[in-house]
Amino acid sequence: MSHSLRTLDDGAWVSVDDRREAGASELWRVRSVCDCVVGDLLVEGVVDVGVDGRAVTARVAGRCLTCDRETVTGHLPVGRVVEGSYRPLATGAVRAPPNVE
Amino acid sequence: MPTDVERWKSETYGNEIREHLYEFAEEGWESIPDDEHDAWFERFKWWGLYHQRTGQESYFMMRIGTPNGVLEPGQTEVVAEVAEEYATGPAENPEFGNGYVDWTTRQSIQLHWIKLEDIPEIFDKLDAAGLSTQQACGDSWRNIVGCPVAGKDNHEHVDALPVAKGLNETYKGHEDHTNLPRKWKVSVTGCREGCGQGDINDLAFEPATAVRNGEELKGFNIRVGGGLARNEPRIARDLDVFVDSEEAIEVGGALSALFRDHGDREDRFSARMKFLVDEMGAEAIRELLQEEYVDFELDHAGEDLRSEYSYNAGRANGGHADHVGVHEQKDGTYYVGLNVLVGRMGAADTRELARLADKYGSGEVRVTQRQNILITDVSEADLDALLGEPLLADYSPDPSPFMRGSVACTGTEFCSLSIVETKNRQVRYARWLKENIDLPSGVEDFHIHLSGCTASCAQPQIADISLRGMKTRKNGEAVEALDVGLGGGLGEHPRFADWVAQRVPADEVPGAIANLLAGFEDRREGEETFREFVERTDEETLADLVVPEETDYDDPYMHNTKLTWYPYAEADGMDEGPAPTDRDGVSLADD
Repeated sequence: MSHSLRTLDDGAWVSVDDRREAGASELWRVRSVCDCVVGDLLVEGVVDVGVDGRAVTARVAGRCLTCDRETVTGHLPVGRVVEGSYRPLATGAVRAPPNVE
Repeated sequence: MPTDVERWKSETYGNEIREHLYEFAEEGWESIPDDEHDAWFERFKWWGLYHQRTGQESYFMMRIGTPNGVLEPGQTEVVAEVAEEYATGPAENPEFGNGYVDWTTRQSIQLHWIKLEDIPEIFDKLDAAGLSTQQACGDSWRNIVGCPVAGKDNHEHVDALPVAKGLNETYKGHEDHTNLPRKWKVSVTGCREGCGQGDINDLAFEPATAVRNGEELKGFNIRVGGGLARNEPRIARDLDVFVDSEEAIEVGGALSALFRDHGDREDRFSARMKFLVDEMGAEAIRELLQEEYVDFELDHAGEDLRSEYSYNAGRANGGHADHVGVHEQKDGTYYVGLNVLVGRMGAADTRELARLADKYGSGEVRVTQRQNILITDVSEADLDALLGEPLLADYSPDPSPFMRGSVACTGTEFCSLSIVETKNRQVRYARWLKENIDLPSGVEDFHIHLSGCTASCAQPQIADISLRGMKTRKNGEAVEALDVGLGGGLGEHPRFADWVAQRVPADEVPGAIANLLAGFEDRREGEETFREFVERTDEETLADLVVPEETDYDDPYMHNTKLTWYPYAEADGMDEGPAPTDRDGVSLADD
């Protein structure tokens, strides 16, 4: 089963199957995005979306509230497709680029 | 590879979207196929409709474009009627009630909570009044802005209104200019104060005088590639072209065509004209324009009036910084500029505004880029009676500088991009500052612009104090916060604000402004303006003056308002709202 995936409203949202699933103003806990062990990233806009296996990913522009670094991230997971349905990542999950342990 | 938006536009875009809108309206919200939501909502923008944010599905923001901010006699009443009848939502705003009109920084009108099913009826009413939502959003010619008193201004260099109207009539709905790579914002200014704010537009016509065939000719210089959004603000660049009023229409279309053909359609983040100007340079754009898009020899730029610009400039050079107050027109009548705090006016007040404009003026109302409104064509004999009307107690022609200088975008109340609540917060800021702070003597213009995100709809970079939505942690909790910038403004030499303080918790911002103003008063030299003070003060000192502090200011919107379905609802959880709803506003979840 195929799924549609895109950024929407000029970076306001990650759209999965025409539903607004993640987007600007969210706070994400992140690793390997800034100098913090676990950063507190305010998402200011979604730059791009992608897939990695069953994971839906997004590159976002934002700022870490802990160290203040402004950055455009690599692809970070936002959710995954399980049994044909999209499931968002838990709110408090720590997100890191797929190649980071 | 073309973007999804480009693909959708290539399939269906422009005027034809209206027929689809009518079909969906007839069949109801649920008739839009689930897997076509993104495509249709993108296309609907061309007809001035934005699907509201998550939690408010099936409701739309409707933007009505009023070229140069002019509402002809009779039109304001129709706007009030539409707001009253169709722009009411499932919950009230504690400051503004239910059913209100937003006057915008691009001299347009925005209404919220519009139901898809009501659109044909609304369009009928707007059409009958000569109003339109066409191209109010989307990738095309947006509402054309300019000096709101064009044609009436006592001192204007050239009447720009026929040019603004001519551009609007020529390019609204024009097939060749329907589908541009991105939005196309145009400003036409003929006054001496620079009220059209051309420097922050994709295309700006600015007042100038050139010598042609030995004769002085009044017309316009052209600038291109200005804009504020996305942390990439640009001042429009001089194209070294002068045009008269007639040529302006043709060259405006030629530049739109050049943008259509050469703008970036593969990356929407790089698609605006400002990036094309970055890439090619103004000189190369002029050459391309001359070679391929116009068939007459372009004149070089004439002598401009930029040294006289005072609008939103942060300078005390004798010109006006806004249009609030009573001002004489060139025909001997007056316009009365009313301060609309953050640009929002209840539907009943808008109806009363229409009545007053009819009774005391010509019925015409004009919208300014500072979210205020003007009643024009008032005879001297009627001035006192108009000024005594109760409506003017709420929308004052002589407000506190903190009320007068406040501009705010839509914010998380409805907007997808915004990070923080804005309009109600700015109302509370302005009231607190008015009650608690005195500006240094002689400072009458002091602009505070609050924008919820980097899209910059409140034009934060060109204010004395720029506030931009952020978040921070306070006592371990994520709270709404603002970055603070200082000293921005337009004028002869526009300057964007320096962002000197980051992530100030929103409830500490009024205290920070109070401390900053105390520092300004202590260090002020002579009669200098705030912008002049910022310009001669190093950034470190300025940052030290912005001392965040809790005061008796109370902010009810500190929580993450974007995680609510509506920030002011009693039960505000994302799952506690009724959306989506049917044509009668009944939750479809109840089916």
